[in-house]
Amino acid sequence: MGTVTAAIVGPGNIGTDLFEKLRRSDTIEVGYVVGVVESDGLARARDNGVAASADGVDWLLRQDPLPQLVFEATSAKAHVANAPRYEEAGIQAVDLTPAHLGPMVCPPVNGAEHLDSPNVSMITCGGQATIPIVHAVSRITPVPYAEIVASVSSRSAGPGTRANIDEFTETTARAVEEVGGAARGKAIIILNPVTPPMIMRDTVFCMISPDADRDAVTASIHDMIADVRQYVPGYTLRAEPQFDDPRPDWRDHGRVAVFLEVKGNGDYLPPYAGNLDIMTAAAAQVGEQMARAMVLSGANEVTA
Amino acid sequence: MRPELAHDVRITDTTLRDGSHAMAHQFTEEQVRDTVRALDRSGVDTIEVSHGDGIGGSSFNYGFSHTDEMKLIAAARDEAKQAKIAVLLVPGIGTVDHLRQARDAGADMVRVATHCTEADVSPQHFAAARDLGMETVGFLMMAHKTTPEDLAKQARIMVDAGCQCPYVTDSAGALLMHEAKARFEALVAEVGDEAWVGYHGHQNLSLGIANSVLAYEAGVRYIDGSVCALGAGAGNSPTEVLAAVFDRLGVSTGLDVLGLLETAENVVRPYLHRWPKMDRNAIIQGWAGVYSSFLLHAERAAERYKVPAHDILRRCGELGYVGGQEDMIIDVAIQLAAQGGTHATD
Repeated sequence: MGTVTAAIVGPGNIGTDLFEKLRRSDTIEVGYVVGVVESDGLARARDNGVAASADGVDWLLRQDPLPQLVFEATSAKAHVANAPRYEEAGIQAVDLTPAHLGPMVCPPVNGAEHLDSPNVSMITCGGQATIPIVHAVSRITPVPYAEIVASVSSRSAGPGTRANIDEFTETTARAVEEVGGAARGKAIIILNPVTPPMIMRDTVFCMISPDADRDAVTASIHDMIADVRQYVPGYTLRAEPQFDDPRPDWRDHGRVAVFLEVKGNGDYLPPYAGNLDIMTAAAAQVGEQMARAMVLSGANEVTA
Repeated sequence: MRPELAHDVRITDTTLRDGSHAMAHQFTEEQVRDTVRALDRSGVDTIEVSHGDGIGGSSFNYGFSHTDEMKLIAAARDEAKQAKIAVLLVPGIGTVDHLRQARDAGADMVRVATHCTEADVSPQHFAAARDLGMETVGFLMMAHKTTPEDLAKQARIMVDAGCQCPYVTDSAGALLMHEAKARFEALVAEVGDEAWVGYHGHQNLSLGIANSVLAYEAGVRYIDGSVCALGAGAGNSPTEVLAAVFDRLGVSTGLDVLGLLETAENVVRPYLHRWPKMDRNAIIQGWAGVYSSFLLHAERAAERYKVPAHDILRRCGELGYVGGQEDMIIDVAIQLAAQGGTHATD
């Protein structure tokens, strides 16, 4: 089986953690790491024998061979500027920024549906942590409303997230609907500064019919946990799914509540930053799926 | 950029917002209209109306609103002749979109609330509020959780973003008098004459009124209360007591003491589900520094999982949970139950 050459654009904390994850890949070979200033991430890439430059995407697009896949961990603004250039050069993009230009992808839910898309969006960290569970419920029984609460350590919430926290809640809510399969979604994010830092926690509440098959819902959730654990080993249930009987203020619906902990792999980011880890792990997973599709179709042979 | 004050102290009544916690977010339009009419007649400067967790707070996690809060805000605006209408917005829960809806419904002021160390999530909302022509307040919640110096730095972030009055928000009712005073002084020194400083108290340790007096002496000019203390935990500093105490001190508030007592007796008391009080659970909240709105959620989880509410609350304090993490109450209850905490519920 051949490999696909990839580039990482934006070698900050996220990009560097992704670099560590992709180094373990059999299918993807990181050929280039690109920034706009010299950084630890670039130095780390060079230490590992990878071509790295602080001259940005201009430099990347001059390379021969070009990468077939680019992972972008810069900013929404940068990705909006770069995305058309990647597409023009025939490079598929996995977007970890909040630009959301391509279809929103969560690997165990719809990862296989967008393998040919020129650009895919990794949604948000809270989305990656919770949408698998919403889907696990909605594939068994209709979910008229789902709500997710993501609690992250203050230290793992960067300035970009803080400056536009509405982007998190609005994008995640939309993805709970469009990807998770709830008729209506809501998302909440809480930053907690406690020390030592708290490990990412997520709670998923799904409104369900009073006569929903609870055993089937529980089994589906367990299956999904196993699927996510393939790429985020620290993705665990804190307790069995909790079912509540219908209440008038829930429009006479019942509720299933799922309590999750997302402990990161500690590749480059600290383990408590499960919110960042699940983004890089999901991006690596999607990238691998795309790369395998390229290899199977022989697309990697054409340019590599 | 800070507004002129009509009186020595500007009182904001939060019966219809913080009180929403104690009412499990079940306020009706009629209750809101009656309350606003009475508060307006009693000289209250600003009346806050929102879901307890702010606009957009209606949810599984915090409780669904009985009546759409935008309808309640519009009703309040309709009844208030002189009073301004404020809304609470907690970034991460509510959004600029909710703020626009609230503005359209008639809100004059937004109070943007963040945990006391996380003020840098608020500038987006202050900027939007200024664009909408609204007055602005910043709530630094759980103010006992950081030092006076750091709290002042967080207040600075808010003021630089367009906040006209950062508040020392004692969400857990945990601040002892010297701790409250140090925070008031630090914020007043930091913001100078660029902004006012506010105080929002809870009665969990019975210090809301005493701290309000200290606040005034330290230069704080915006002070919150709730009629019948209706608010989370043991409730807020009762507005009618603030009126009486400031009147005796000769500090003008514009409040009509007898009118507020009438409001408390004949408007608010009849609809109370429960009169907030310093019971074991509420005192634990002040003592262990737990977000006051956790109270009803802890009581509900206690009943569901057969573990004592005060044990749940204490554990929430130990784990350092902050405002908004109501889901963790269920998690804690499940963990306590698994450890065999099968005491009778209280």
